[in-house]
Amino acid sequence: MTGFLALLSRDLRLVWRRPGDVAVVLAFFVVATVLFPLGIGPQANILARIAAGVLWCTALFASMLSLDRLFAADHEDGSLDLLLLAPWPLELAALAKCAAHWIVTGLPLVVLAPLLGVSFGLPPEALIALAAALLVGTPTLSLIGGLAAALTLGARRGGALLALLALPLCVPTLIFGAAAIDTLMTGEDLLAHIAILAALALVALATTPWAMAAALRQAGE
Amino acid sequence: MADLHFLANPARFRRFSQRVLPGLTFATVLGFAVGLYLALLQSPPDYQQGETVRIMFVHVPSAWLSMGGYALLAALGASLLVWRHPLAALMARAAAPVGACFALVCLLTGSLWGRPMWGTYWVWDARLTSMLLLFFLYLGHIALSRAYDDPDRGDRAAAILALIGVINLPIIKFSVDWWNTLHQPASIMRLDAPAIHPAILIPLLWMAASFLLLFILLVLVRTGTEIDRRRLEMADHLS
Repeated sequence: MTGFLALLSRDLRLVWRRPGDVAVVLAFFVVATVLFPLGIGPQANILARIAAGVLWCTALFASMLSLDRLFAADHEDGSLDLLLLAPWPLELAALAKCAAHWIVTGLPLVVLAPLLGVSFGLPPEALIALAAALLVGTPTLSLIGGLAAALTLGARRGGALLALLALPLCVPTLIFGAAAIDTLMTGEDLLAHIAILAALALVALATTPWAMAAALRQAGE
Repeated sequence: MADLHFLANPARFRRFSQRVLPGLTFATVLGFAVGLYLALLQSPPDYQQGETVRIMFVHVPSAWLSMGGYALLAALGASLLVWRHPLAALMARAAAPVGACFALVCLLTGSLWGRPMWGTYWVWDARLTSMLLLFFLYLGHIALSRAYDDPDRGDRAAAILALIGVINLPIIKFSVDWWNTLHQPASIMRLDAPAIHPAILIPLLWMAASFLLLFILLVLVRTGTEIDRRRLEMADHLS
């Protein structure tokens, strides 16, 4: 556990000293989202209808964009070899990296998305549903994306390949995440959707660290 | 299982497949000759779908084999990671494009059938969507296994991906089913809603068996090619 916390705080400190990397990802999220009204037209009813799907898709893309470097920097400067040799499980190290990624990109998205939702004309209760769904759903994106990052570590054309691997696996989270906001229009139970998103996050939490560790061991060989 | 371990040696597998291939080729050709005769000439046209029902004789076996193919990839991935069978990696490399082709054939024939029957080439039906996602999973597997300069690394990364994919497939299938029933009512006519009449079922089973033989044949031939290619690369390396 101390190793987990040490790695987590190290990653957070690294980001803190170079905040530009995160700012670029968040700027991408805002710009990509703003492009949709420009492309589709300013009709308020259409924008309110598509807001949930658009915000979830752009959050997914922003998450993928920042995952490219998750393990690559450690691989290049040799820290990954030390993690492989460390006396505590590699699964926890992979989990710590994903947790750091989520705190740095997932949480800001949870805060930013409702602000963008206002510009799409979402009602206040939909904004709360959006934030809640993103809060529960984005850890899954970080975990699955982290797995894709570990698998593509050292591969040619890594970035595009990472998205090709991770996006189909993120489909369930996307479906239930976007549907959670629609529940206010269809009159379904919001909590049921949040519970399924939480279940998906737990499945990812239970399966991906092992796969990530296996992939990282191969990269270290 | 002991027999499978026996075949894990590439040279032994090569001898085995060379003995099996002529008979298998003959059986595949014969199966398709009988199956196509039954499916295209012998079986009656459907009273609702007319002659377009014959598309199903290609469509349904491709769907079955594309799903079975992914299960095969996962099994090969597991045996590569657990026992480090060199042959499992080569066979997964050989089988993934074959499975992807069957998924694509399934999607294309389904869309050709949908045009006269549903009036559109594509609907966001739950089954169509999950087959499309399966096709994407295949593409990811193929791309990942070929993305490394060191082929062993690509093989093992793809094996992990196949295992995670096979865990996720039921979840994806469930969520897509749920998504579709929420957004549009199940208005689409299903092939399997009524029990299938033997006049159509028997040609379908013939075609399914022939497609299975074709799948095995293609995988065996392609695995042989992969063995040869790996040997050439090794020879290149040494010289």
